[in-house]
Amino acid sequence: METLDLSLVDWSRAQFALTAIYHWLFVPLTLGLGVIVSVMETYYYKTGDEEWKRIAKFWMKLFGINFAVGVATGIILEFEFGTNWSNYSWFVGDIFGAPLAIEGIMAFFMESTFIAVMFFGWNKVGKGFHLASTWLTVIGATISALWILVANAWMQFPDGMHFNPDTVRNEMASFWAVLFSPVAMSKFTHTVTSSWIVGSAFVVAISAWFLLKKREQDLAKKSIKIAAVFGLLGTLLAAYTGDSSAYQVAQKQPMKLAAMEGLYKGENKAGLIAVGILNPSKESYDDGVDAFVFNIKVPGMLSLMANRDLNTFVPGVTDLIDGGYPTVSKTGVAGVALSADEKRAKGTLAVEALRDYKLAKTAGNDSLAKVKQAQLEENFPYFGYGYIKDKKELVPNVPLTFYTFHLMVIIGMFLILFFIVTWYMNKKDLMKSQKWMLWISMLTLPLAYICSECGWIVAEVGRQPWVIQDIMPASMAVSHIGAGAVETTFILFAVLFTVLLISEMSIMIKQIKKGPEGLNQ
Amino acid sequence: MKLGKTLWAIILIKLFIMFVVLKIFFFPDFLGTKFKSEKDKADYVGNQLIERTINP
Repeated sequence: METLDLSLVDWSRAQFALTAIYHWLFVPLTLGLGVIVSVMETYYYKTGDEEWKRIAKFWMKLFGINFAVGVATGIILEFEFGTNWSNYSWFVGDIFGAPLAIEGIMAFFMESTFIAVMFFGWNKVGKGFHLASTWLTVIGATISALWILVANAWMQFPDGMHFNPDTVRNEMASFWAVLFSPVAMSKFTHTVTSSWIVGSAFVVAISAWFLLKKREQDLAKKSIKIAAVFGLLGTLLAAYTGDSSAYQVAQKQPMKLAAMEGLYKGENKAGLIAVGILNPSKESYDDGVDAFVFNIKVPGMLSLMANRDLNTFVPGVTDLIDGGYPTVSKTGVAGVALSADEKRAKGTLAVEALRDYKLAKTAGNDSLAKVKQAQLEENFPYFGYGYIKDKKELVPNVPLTFYTFHLMVIIGMFLILFFIVTWYMNKKDLMKSQKWMLWISMLTLPLAYICSECGWIVAEVGRQPWVIQDIMPASMAVSHIGAGAVETTFILFAVLFTVLLISEMSIMIKQIKKGPEGLNQ
Repeated sequence: MKLGKTLWAIILIKLFIMFVVLKIFFFPDFLGTKFKSEKDKADYVGNQLIERTINP
């Protein structure tokens, strides 16, 4: 057995996480603020009111700063695939590459074409054409996000592919199964609507600052009017799509759901944790230590969320490791869940079948190769379990998954209330006289970002150890390179992204302070 | 410096660091630099998958 430096896996994970977290600081603002700017320009187009044009141009400038600083930061993730995750890239490149390639083409042709008209086309093209370009820029950005999220969703729920042992690649069997996977759809809608929230919180926060400074009060009031409604729509849709996402997690990644809820022992009529503190003394799923120091549950809600039925059983970490609980397949056939040991045995059979298939092919023994291929195909859904040394590896980091999930939900609920109150107070013209509300509005912006990042941490930490659910763990996906090289690039990225972030914030703050008067630059 | 120029400068410096410095010196195509043919790459990854398992 090949020995692999464990710190290589951890540094590769850390580097990918760092890059993705920084990249995700720029993306949601592009997606959310883009729609708000488009709505503002639509008001200008419909009313001909020059004030709306001034407002749209002001926010468009901030959109442009974020876009310019953030653009292409995601490409570093693709560099990492080729260098640090070469086994993964080869193993799934045929499937993963397709949506990423479409995203590249979409981003290049649609966004880059229309964003040029959006920024440089004022007074050079007709009002209608300019408006269409603004909308097409944000639609292009949203479609780009769709392809990235389709690729990510496939890793969480691999479907529509066939493994070819000759090329050692998963080949796409159904493009539509990959594109319209239920996980992809719920992930796309949840991610995009949560980005609308970030964009709305951004507009409300800066407008609140203007009101606090008693500047640009008309701009601030009109901006809040749009952002509060759009933010409320975003939060309600994010709650709805979040429920769909949780249902998909329960069905496709039950271990992630168990980690999200700190559920070690499965229950009938399982309750959803409203608030809770995990027991820091608990070190392993089988150590007998209570999972919680304190919690308040909503009875039956976890069963309802996971299975759409209040009375059903939701497996915990222990059940998922030990197996033996009743299940129902996609086709409605009743069965019993396999244990981790049984899955590991199947995974080992699959890897051995791959080895024997290759040996048989080399020896020219086609009949034996056929038998081994059939054995491989039968056990392929458990292929990744052949690399799990200890079944405890199958349990993700429960505290991190649990706390980020609950923080996301709590902030999400606060945001619903926040946008309702903001909309009402703005409508009644109470915002500018209530300093406390203006301060809350400004402090809500970092909360919206934290909420958005928490969602990704839940999605990605909760699925560990899998890079591709059940088929490829991280330890199998990494390239055999030195951990020191990954550590070096981790530090380089941390410096580069921090410089970019500081640049963005300083330029953004400078332009906000200038206000719409600085538009002629 | 005006905003437009500042943003273009950031974009160009960033793209230079990413594509010229990071990509060339720190992020080579791991399989591409080690192997010439697709078959060699497939054999290498296949062997990695077999060697890294718990029961080789």
